[in-house]
Amino acid sequence: MQRPDLDALAPGSALPTLVEGPVTRHTLGLYAGASGDYNPLHIDQDYARREAGMPDVFAHGMLSAAYLARVLTRWVDPTAIRRLSVRFVAITHIGDEVHCRATVAGRFLDGGTPCVRLDLRVHNQAGEPRLRGTAVVAVRRSPSSTYEDRI
Amino acid sequence: MWDLSLQGAALMPFSAEAERGRLRAFARATGQEHPLFLDEAAARAAGYPALLVPPTFLFCLAMEGPNPQEIYERLGVNYAHVLHGEQHFDYHRPACAGQALHFAPRIGRLYAKKGGALRFFEWENRVTDGEGRAVADLRSVMVERAPREEHRHAAA
Repeated sequence: MQRPDLDALAPGSALPTLVEGPVTRHTLGLYAGASGDYNPLHIDQDYARREAGMPDVFAHGMLSAAYLARVLTRWVDPTAIRRLSVRFVAITHIGDEVHCRATVAGRFLDGGTPCVRLDLRVHNQAGEPRLRGTAVVAVRRSPSSTYEDRI
Repeated sequence: MWDLSLQGAALMPFSAEAERGRLRAFARATGQEHPLFLDEAAARAAGYPALLVPPTFLFCLAMEGPNPQEIYERLGVNYAHVLHGEQHFDYHRPACAGQALHFAPRIGRLYAKKGGALRFFEWENRVTDGEGRAVADLRSVMVERAPREEHRHAAA
């Protein structure tokens, strides 16, 4: 997969949005098994109520992080991803959709390698924020590039 | 409050391997469609010895130490009250199925907010390959919350 061209990635340009869900108990069971995260908060409602005072089970944050990473791996070769950071700003509940967006926030050269910094956001179907994050992805700079690094 | 002398304390190091079948199950559970994570022939054709490990899967392997409760025990934290606040990955080289990956976990920063009502602890993992080369650095920010209260600060 050819890397995207730096010059085409103006700040503010968006990658295609990915929508997953709605999250079900089945989704969480599958993710628990595959991830090895059997924390009962995500799969056992009795436990979530009794031990954590939560009304119900809720999604693994890392499930949404995995969906969010797909916005990147649909776009670039996975090895182009240099950094992925997410902050879980609110709980993703059963029934929530997971809308994942990535927007170019900046461009820079990292030791000569052209990179873009992406602003990442996840919200549910009501537009309520769930995750915020950033990623750094290595891209391509064509010989005719007119991009000038300010550093 | 925290025992700040635990900041930087090493936890038990271990080796883990991403098994091929497990990676396929992970791809299915997360809707991952990229052939490098699913199709061994595609991965080989791209020059990798086996399926690539997806970006967030290293966090799963980090939980597979000999005692996954170790950090909670060392810090005296009730696991049921812990939420995952942040997760950071810095990638240095690709990891593949079947490769022995070495995890060197340690306790990172310890701090509190809201007058001690929310205690934060960081869990760091340096991941290296069989030759000692850096594969990735992971940093998790975990939050201990008291049960039965509204919590909009962090989620798991």
